[in-house]
Amino acid sequence: MKQNLFERHYQKRWKAFAELLESLERGKADARACESFAADYRQICQQLALAQERGYSSHLVEHLQQLAMRGHQQFYRHRSHLGARLLGFILGGFPRLVRSQWRSIAAASLLFYGSLLLMGVLVHQWPDLVYSLMDPEQVSSMESMYDPDARRIGPMSERDAGDDWMMFGHYIMNNIGIAFQTYAGGLLFGVGSLFFLLFNGLHIGAVAGHLTQIGFGETFWSFVIGHGAFELTAIAFAGAAGLQLGWALLAPGRLPRGEALRLAAGRSVQLVAGVILLLLIAAFVEAYWSSIRLVEPQVKYLVGGGLWLLVGLYFGLVGRRSHAPD
Amino acid sequence: MPSPRSGSHPTLVQPLDTRYQVETPEGIDLILRPAGLLPRALAYAIDLAIRGAIMLVLFIALALLGQLGFGLGLILMFLLNWWYMVLFEVLNQGRSPGKQMMGLRVVHDDGTPIGWSASLVRNLLRFVDLLPFAYTLGALSCLLHPSFKRLGDIAAGSLVVYRDEKHPRPELPAADPERAPFALTLADQGALLSFAERQASLSPARRAELAAILAEPLDVPPEQAQARINGIARGLLGSTSP
Repeated sequence: MKQNLFERHYQKRWKAFAELLESLERGKADARACESFAADYRQICQQLALAQERGYSSHLVEHLQQLAMRGHQQFYRHRSHLGARLLGFILGGFPRLVRSQWRSIAAASLLFYGSLLLMGVLVHQWPDLVYSLMDPEQVSSMESMYDPDARRIGPMSERDAGDDWMMFGHYIMNNIGIAFQTYAGGLLFGVGSLFFLLFNGLHIGAVAGHLTQIGFGETFWSFVIGHGAFELTAIAFAGAAGLQLGWALLAPGRLPRGEALRLAAGRSVQLVAGVILLLLIAAFVEAYWSSIRLVEPQVKYLVGGGLWLLVGLYFGLVGRRSHAPD
Repeated sequence: MPSPRSGSHPTLVQPLDTRYQVETPEGIDLILRPAGLLPRALAYAIDLAIRGAIMLVLFIALALLGQLGFGLGLILMFLLNWWYMVLFEVLNQGRSPGKQMMGLRVVHDDGTPIGWSASLVRNLLRFVDLLPFAYTLGALSCLLHPSFKRLGDIAAGSLVVYRDEKHPRPELPAADPERAPFALTLADQGALLSFAERQASLSPARRAELAAILAEPLDVPPEQAQARINGIARGLLGSTSP
């Protein structure tokens, strides 16, 4: 078949298909017009193959290629019901994910909590050690934050912020930003994640050790225990996700490095989605519960302990019984 | 799912251009044209300016609300910083406003529209591309990679490509349809048709020079080669009248 005849024969259908594509791309296609989409798309693909095989002019081939490309984009669109997926993730997907990736999480937790505990104990024993990590200005501002006589406690108290909203915003921006950096740092062969895990561990440890040593222990511990359950867990998870990226680069196994990285990124980013959820909860607890001074420290310890238990049970038990395959 | 492969058909020579081929399950090859560093940097600059403007307006408006406004402002800043790109890429066919203006689009390696997880990965890892300052790592990676990917793109398996634009139909010069004096292979046929279609963009001297190459095999004096090729191209297309 000569090219001109071929073109005349199919011109109308191509035009109709292009119009359908346009409405789909704008998200305004009506359902009845789309019924024939799959068949039309296959037709276009077949006609493109024919045009190439018969050596038709490059203009025609390019035109068909564009139609096929746009059809491909619409046909293989990743449509997902975000709400349902999020619910499934919270109700079982997240804890299952954490259990299946326990190796990297154990490694990250060991680094994080290990450095935290070690630094805490060391600073408690040798108080001057805190100045090796922070300068005197930081130490004194930290002391004023958790001063038992202060009206309000926590990192934003020195600005005399009465508003929980502001602290909520601050915690979200600050903490999730840090978690994202901890994850992204994994791309530097894991060094970035290692750095952020150790840095945060040492820093928090030093603060805890110092404040306990100078007798501000009760304000500090009753403040951090509640949201710590979510925040510390989230930091460890973000570090674990970053370490997975680094590991894929260092030890790609049988795969090419790029491919190993791509797979690791696809897996670990789910963990990051969980980290975001945890940090949102943490920011909420920190802004609206931890900073309240009216509640007795004993109540805070009790609630905080309960939250740690809750987090532990959630990741240990939820989602173990899988549903029947559907 | 479609399997990506860069480069070209094994029996053909490596192409000189940067086109990227994807074979789809339907058995056809899609052609993607990856975008290089400059258009991507410009698109990013546009996005940066837009975000800056939004933030400025928001902060002025929120400053009136006091502490509540400050908190809201921080949350909005977080959203703008980390989610602006992701939301636009996933919900707007792979295009943030800057990319849209530059005619770019983000897709998966296999040519399908970018999804949540890949978009999240490529935008979170932007933090590393920024290191040590002003996108140095990202720019280096972009310059060195055959399809101009930055590190975030490599990890996410994504690709920034040019959006296809419509080409007007080329007019073939008038000539009497004729048959080629020998059997044409597909490549010959394609070359002859391309020459006829692209004439308008070549200078007369260059046209004559290119056509003269075929004078000997076509068995005509060099001056007539061009008309002969046009005739053959016409003949290949078939009659135009219905």
